[in-house]
Amino acid sequence: MAKTAMDCVKLARDAKRPHFRDFIDLICSDFEELHGDRLVNDDRALVGGFAVIRAGDKPSEKDVRALVLGHNKGATVEENMSANFGMANPDGYRKAMRLAKLAEKFRLPVVTFVDTPGAYPGREAEERGQAEAIAKSLEFFSRLRTPIVVVVTGEGGSGGALAIAVGDRILMMENAVYSVISPEGCAGILWRDGAKAPEAAEALKITAGDLLRLGAVDEVVKEPAGGAQRNHRAAANAVRKAILAALGDLAKVPVDELVERRYAKIRSYGNFY
Amino acid sequence: MSWFEAKSEKAKIPPAKALWAVCPRCKSHFGKAVWKNNNAICPKCGYHGRLSARERIAQVADEGTFAEVFRAVSYSDHLEFHDASGAYRDKVEATIAKSGETESVVMGTARIGGHDVMLGVMDFAFMGGSLGTGTGERIARACEQAIAERRPLVLFSASGGARMHEGILSLMQMAKTSAAIARLKESGLPYISVLTDPTTGGVSASYAMLGDINVTEPRTLIGFAGRRVIENTIHQKLPDDFQSAEYLEKHGFIDRIVERGDLKAFIAKMLWFWGF
Repeated sequence: MAKTAMDCVKLARDAKRPHFRDFIDLICSDFEELHGDRLVNDDRALVGGFAVIRAGDKPSEKDVRALVLGHNKGATVEENMSANFGMANPDGYRKAMRLAKLAEKFRLPVVTFVDTPGAYPGREAEERGQAEAIAKSLEFFSRLRTPIVVVVTGEGGSGGALAIAVGDRILMMENAVYSVISPEGCAGILWRDGAKAPEAAEALKITAGDLLRLGAVDEVVKEPAGGAQRNHRAAANAVRKAILAALGDLAKVPVDELVERRYAKIRSYGNFY
Repeated sequence: MSWFEAKSEKAKIPPAKALWAVCPRCKSHFGKAVWKNNNAICPKCGYHGRLSARERIAQVADEGTFAEVFRAVSYSDHLEFHDASGAYRDKVEATIAKSGETESVVMGTARIGGHDVMLGVMDFAFMGGSLGTGTGERIARACEQAIAERRPLVLFSASGGARMHEGILSLMQMAKTSAAIARLKESGLPYISVLTDPTTGGVSASYAMLGDINVTEPRTLIGFAGRRVIENTIHQKLPDDFQSAEYLEKHGFIDRIVERGDLKAFIAKMLWFWGF
């Protein structure tokens, strides 16, 4: 039975879907989380730290040390409330940039896990420059002198997602979604009826297959039958494999060329050539 | 019960559109001629209202120096987008026919107070100043031409955000424009961002907030999320001056608030300071 766009949205938002911390547990070892933007706050909604991305169960030379960054959605309501449902404040984006600068300094790649309903629409968020933080992140990651691999694992919620989704290789899980606006938001505005979210979801072309066709992502990572929530381990293994393959390719590219290629890639979105 | 309804009916009747301008901030009414003669600035509260791109260019660029570029760069419809009101393609073609513009940003070479620049001005009347692939392409090309010709970049933003109808490709224009600006800055060229009313959503969260200096006019609306969305999320009322130019300046995100009539001279002076 063919999946609709709204089916994917439901899978992407499923509480039992693997989230950032699950991927870290299943893919990495030695994860050391680092906190703070060094300005005002530690954003629990966007987590980062150094980790070893493991090629297999036993340590091997194929393992890669990396900085990992990700939106932090919890599995329970309590977890979600402390992590703000994965909706980052400016502090989260500034932490991401701070840590990525360390990765650049020590020549480690950056791997980001994107799963957010969007940047947090709050008062302090505005006062602390939510727009500026996202803009700065886009500018910053476009020029970062180390490889960046992005995995959209769940919801790619607009600018709040994009801020950590600028990279050299963009992977997207099969049932993830990635959109400029939520289907509900779009339906409310263009159909004047939030209940038309399924129609909006189809029109917006937000599935992994759509994004691959549109050139917005480079690769779709297949999930276990029925979705990643059915088998976290298998889902994570597929993601691990894709990340390591991408990192292997990118490690061979001299850094000046890496940044030029990244620019060419970002430059071509919209296909005017 | 018609007399119950009569009161609310009366409140709903707007002033005759042909005669009156209403200030969106203080809600005072003025004759349209008064509004226009005051350069779309509210005589009562000083709110700086909207100008078309061409009106703005006429005020900022030295006379006769603006030469439009990239006019053939326009929208794309890779999604073949349709919504309740029909096809995106039809909607944007109608906008093009009606407005005479071919995208939400008008780009060109110009001189400002004698300084050669790339000048881009957004037009809110063109689909709410929304950021589409054509908008992003014009801005990226402007950065590339600026680098090639050693011109500073001056962008006037006015936008409700990313253009939904072009989907993820609109979102990607945030990255594209920010990356192009990053390259321009790395080449040592200035980028002056002027945020005009309103500058919101995906535009504030990309090129508009990346100026070497971020400049605005009095009482401009600048923000990321919409006020109502925020109020519904946090279940609190927000201060009246929330997301105003003055509010942003207080919180550290605006370099300078400049009166409309002083913008040209201010831009020229900054370029002079920096050796351009």
